[in-house]
Amino acid sequence: MSRALWTLAVLLSHWRRHPMQLATLLIGLISATALWSGVQALNQQARNAYDRAAATFGGTRTAMLVSRDSTSFPQHLFVDLRRAGWPVSPVVEGRLQIGGRPFRLLGIEPVTLPGEVSTAPVIGRTDLQSFVTPPGEMLVAPETLADLGLKEGERPSSNGGVLLPPLRVQAQLVPGVLVVDIGMAQQILKMPDQISRVLIGKSSARRAPLESIAGDRLRLVEPNAETDLERLTDSFHLNLTAFGLLSFFVGLFIVNSAIGLAFEQRLPMLRTLRACGVSARMLNSVLVAELVSLALVAGLVGLMCGYVIAAALLPDVAASLRGLYGAQIPGQLTLKGEWWLAGIAISILGALAAAAASLAKAIRMPVLSSAQPQAWQQAQRRWLVFQSAAALAAFAVAGGFLWFGDSLLSGFAVLAALMLGAALILPMILEIALALGQRNAGRPVSIWFWADSRQQLPGLSLALMALLLALAVNVGVGTMVESFSRTFLVWLDGRLAADVYVNAASDAQASGIKTWLRGRSEVQAILPGGRADAQLAGMPIEVLGLPDQATFRDNWPLLESRSDGWDRLRAGDTCFASEQLSRRLKLAIGDRIEVPAPGGNWPLEIVGIYADYGNPKGQVAVNFAALTRHFPEVPQTRFGLRVPPPAVPALIAELQQKFGLDDRSVADQTTVKAESKRIFNRTFSVTSALNTFTLGVAGVALLTSLLTLANSRLPQLAPLWAIGLTRQRLARIELLKTMAVALITSLFALPLGLLVAWCLLAVVNVKAFGWRLPFQVFPLQLVELLGVALAAALLAALLPVIRLARMQPASLIRIFVNER
Amino acid sequence: MLEVTGLRKSYRSAGEDIAVLRGVNLAVAAGESVALTGESGSGKSTLLHLIAGLDAADGGEIVLDGVSLSNLGEAGRAALRRDRLGLVFQQFNLIPSLMVSDNLTFQSRIAGRHDPKWHDELVQRLGLAQLLKRYPEQLSGGQQQRVAIGRALAPKPLLLLADEPTGNLDEETADEVLALARDLVARTGCGFLMVTHSARLAALLDRQVNLHAGVIA
Amino acid sequence: MNANPISRRAFMGGALAVGVVSQAHAQGFAGLGETADGFAPVTPGKRFVFPLDHGPHPEFRIEWWYVTANLVDPAGTAHGVQWTLFRQAMRAGAQLEGWANQQIWMGHAAVTRADIHRYAETFARGGVGQAGVETSPFVGWIDAWEMRGLDGFNADKVAPLKLSATGADFSYELRLDAERALVLQGDRGYSMKSDRGQASYYYSQPFFKAAGRIVIDGKPVNVTGQAWMDREWSSQPLASDQTGWDWFSLHLPNDEKLMLYRLRQKDGKSNLFGNWIEPDGRSSEIAASDNSIRPTAFTEIGDRKVPTAWRVEIPARGVKIETRPLNARSWMGTGFSYWEGPISFAGSHAGVGYLELTGY
Repeated sequence: MSRALWTLAVLLSHWRRHPMQLATLLIGLISATALWSGVQALNQQARNAYDRAAATFGGTRTAMLVSRDSTSFPQHLFVDLRRAGWPVSPVVEGRLQIGGRPFRLLGIEPVTLPGEVSTAPVIGRTDLQSFVTPPGEMLVAPETLADLGLKEGERPSSNGGVLLPPLRVQAQLVPGVLVVDIGMAQQILKMPDQISRVLIGKSSARRAPLESIAGDRLRLVEPNAETDLERLTDSFHLNLTAFGLLSFFVGLFIVNSAIGLAFEQRLPMLRTLRACGVSARMLNSVLVAELVSLALVAGLVGLMCGYVIAAALLPDVAASLRGLYGAQIPGQLTLKGEWWLAGIAISILGALAAAAASLAKAIRMPVLSSAQPQAWQQAQRRWLVFQSAAALAAFAVAGGFLWFGDSLLSGFAVLAALMLGAALILPMILEIALALGQRNAGRPVSIWFWADSRQQLPGLSLALMALLLALAVNVGVGTMVESFSRTFLVWLDGRLAADVYVNAASDAQASGIKTWLRGRSEVQAILPGGRADAQLAGMPIEVLGLPDQATFRDNWPLLESRSDGWDRLRAGDTCFASEQLSRRLKLAIGDRIEVPAPGGNWPLEIVGIYADYGNPKGQVAVNFAALTRHFPEVPQTRFGLRVPPPAVPALIAELQQKFGLDDRSVADQTTVKAESKRIFNRTFSVTSALNTFTLGVAGVALLTSLLTLANSRLPQLAPLWAIGLTRQRLARIELLKTMAVALITSLFALPLGLLVAWCLLAVVNVKAFGWRLPFQVFPLQLVELLGVALAAALLAALLPVIRLARMQPASLIRIFVNER
Repeated sequence: MLEVTGLRKSYRSAGEDIAVLRGVNLAVAAGESVALTGESGSGKSTLLHLIAGLDAADGGEIVLDGVSLSNLGEAGRAALRRDRLGLVFQQFNLIPSLMVSDNLTFQSRIAGRHDPKWHDELVQRLGLAQLLKRYPEQLSGGQQQRVAIGRALAPKPLLLLADEPTGNLDEETADEVLALARDLVARTGCGFLMVTHSARLAALLDRQVNLHAGVIA
Repeated sequence: MNANPISRRAFMGGALAVGVVSQAHAQGFAGLGETADGFAPVTPGKRFVFPLDHGPHPEFRIEWWYVTANLVDPAGTAHGVQWTLFRQAMRAGAQLEGWANQQIWMGHAAVTRADIHRYAETFARGGVGQAGVETSPFVGWIDAWEMRGLDGFNADKVAPLKLSATGADFSYELRLDAERALVLQGDRGYSMKSDRGQASYYYSQPFFKAAGRIVIDGKPVNVTGQAWMDREWSSQPLASDQTGWDWFSLHLPNDEKLMLYRLRQKDGKSNLFGNWIEPDGRSSEIAASDNSIRPTAFTEIGDRKVPTAWRVEIPARGVKIETRPLNARSWMGTGFSYWEGPISFAGSHAGVGYLELTGY
């Protein structure tokens, strides 16, 4: 053992003499681990939340029966099922507002609730009597309690004025969900004797066939291990994971170059150790042990950084997921033990992978013979050809996925293959560019300039690949976000056409307000609005009522429509479909759908497709009057007003005063737009943050590569210095060379980035969100990124160059002598 | 103590086998110092490397202290080097990231044969007391080679093998270093086999053998 | 669960209010022993009216309909069947409609053979129709389990009845006929449970002839035999220091029946109660003194030691018998666990019956 420790001590002494190398290695490992585990932490946090949501009585983890064509069915069907031997438990679900915030209200029946339904079986069962006996209890997650700003035992009122049961905290619940006894839920939601679904327990007792009990009214929904939220948010997490992976690999580039250099420098030491009697097996084991210990330390630090990153990004991630999918993620980061273990493991595996080539070299190292640089260069040239062939193969794969693929995953596969191919072909492109430069160079120093740049390529190529990928992704994501931003703002203008928005507490108040408004001369029009929930092809959709008003005709964001679309809408037998819905169900103009309505199915012909960005549900828009005929229960509490802008503030003030409306209940267009934009901006802030991180890591990769390269290149520079080039001139040439390859790389990254953006907009977004955005190029943004990239390269190149410029002639002499 | 009999070794170069050693016989007794001379390319270093177990022979036998090297695997030969042999190279081969004191002791520590008293004596005799805290790059060639000799003798080996130990040193320094080595070899009573192309230096040792055409004349 | 002295009949209801599954605490059951807060009291001298009293008495806290049957198949293999419907009110007061209803219902069913003991349980809230008891026509049900009056149902005999239940791995359907009227237990239906006023209303139909079919693991067998129904309701059936009971219902030769139970106290003492029922249905209480029941063998079930064989001595009636369980492992591992299973006995008298052991 002490033999191994002494050997380890000798090996480690290298780092003490080369702290910069050690720092580089650790920085690479730390940033790889940090970004990867940070993203994993975010994903895990979200997944935990989905699990909690799924565990909330009738998520998709349990088989259930739902109405075939409506959102609810009569309660007696539940009793009929029980009496026929079905181990079912009823659930009522609806939406409820408290203080203007929307919540999901679940009514459960704790006595029949199957134990396996919930991963938190104690919910609602610990104290049956107080839960079911008036006033009952309303179970909420700790986060919800904090959101409401209330204490346990207090009784909030809904926006409809219903006094709700006293609050009680249930840690297992997901935020945004209120759980009460089924009887109370039916009262609160005004759904007497109606239930939304029944959950089916696992008891295998004999049961009568479903049809003999409920006819064709109910539909069996099989349990699904993947929750709805997981399916919906897959794309978002895939996106995060992709960034995490990218950063991870960029980090490993750094590790690879640092380890490569360290091994190269330590080869004589390894030989001496062998000559002094350290066996090959012992040496190799100690080398691996050294690497693993370093990875362990870096992994721990990386995990801590990952935790900090995750904690910093969590609010934005949570906001995005809430805004995009309605998924509630708690704001407090909680991590399982597996996360720590996985983080350490990924750090060690990453280090071993990055060091594989160097380790293999050390293991195969003969004690006597020395390295042969020329042969190594030949191998490098073969490698260049091989890489280019692999790049072409990767491009072919990308094309194949693009042509044949039809899923989100294949969209990401296109991206991955594209970027891999681009990274692999980069050295060849640089080689060709530099060879061209060399051919056209006339003076000896400039010939040497190009030739030496070419020789430098192998050492730099990994860092340049990292730079290329980081830049391309930045261009791609930046273009996507900017495209989305422009499109979104135009769309918002179309959707938010009214000048003032009113949300009354009740239909009665609404009609009171409308009556009052009709007497106001500044109100040019009252635009009624309403929305009903329905189901189409087994999925929940919204049916939106559009008043037959010029405001809507002029502004509604139709993507395509029949020329007489608006006129035909008036008849009530046609509709516009949202883009998401039309893509999901493959609906086109002229297709017919049947929307289940209380009075019977409502057949509708699609006469237009409109953009409905950010809505997780599909939507159809119909004539408002027709909507109220088919869905008489639709609340008519929301409406918009056309008012000349100067009169808006006074009108709002008067409305608030006269009808006791708060800021949430009446708002002007500007406010609503600002709010929407704020939510939108948060949605992409995570992407941008990760983007920046990745670029930063790529910069570090470039810096470390240049630093390590600078050391190994001194022998090549020393003769030049010896024949009369000043150190300053050498330094300038070095800087120029670095900037030249960085510039070529960046120029290559721009078209690649635009390709990435196109993939994101036309493939990934369509699959992930259901909408396609117009592809736009933003030249200014590209120039800006180019500048940033070159600045990063300059910064990275500066340190080694300054060191070169200041290097003592004596050092150069010694190098000249020693490397003879 | 060291007996080499019928040792053969050839290398493959440019498609043909070149026999470097063609049946070398050599013996070094305990306390004896032997100079191995021969022109460049005669196989002096190859013979030394084979004796050190750094390379494997094609035929013949090397017996060190009753142990035949051909019966040992890589690990066994490493252990032999570690515990029984001291190696000194022309290029010094010190560990650049270790200070002189650590360079002196690491082989004896890895061998588990560290003896503080002997260590102190070595430091005194080699005149390294003032240099212990320096790194190899801060030493002159003669100083570096003195450290290398100290490292090789620290585990009290049976046999000290030196490959042109003074090849990188000027004449005066070379004499001084060799005198120190002989002094210490005499002090420990180990065998000493030195490869050199200098007849002047070879003459300073007990016995001289010449390698020519793959055999010892 | 093991610290839970909850038991059949009276006990069962007390714990229901505390939590349906495995959450019951001794305090809940003790709470039952303290006051009857708002529930109707059990007093001597009640006049029973049928079929009205076959139905629920929601003004009382707890109530049950309890049938046990000793059966044999054509090959002579002995079987036992249990069918139980419990009701418990969470609160006193006028009955509320729908989900607001205060009643909780619980069903237990079991089949027992010498080599097998299968059981199932189920729960329901009152007010929505998932469980309940109606008197005309007579039917008690929870989920798909039923005790239903058949054509020609006679309220004074509570017969004929169809009894059915289904578990995951068993089911049964029995027809119960009776030639004789039901029997009031205790003192004309007033059954004292302690000398401090705890009591219940209690009547039985011990004269059922049973025939039907039992299915275990998909294999049906026809069975015949005798069955016994207990009906009991109360608001405060146990004293707070009573920890459990040992209960016998025995079919003696010549159509004589014996109901016997011992209530155990924390201090180790116990009270013995019982009724001797003549073939003509005349019922007389058995004096607490002179008589004794003593366990003669124990069965280890989990970490419990359950007395499954007994010696019963009633000198005044010339009874000196030893009872043996059909299956010593007739453990009801339900939310409230207890031992309940068919037994046989020999000695001065020979026959079969049912034994229930709670609070172990």
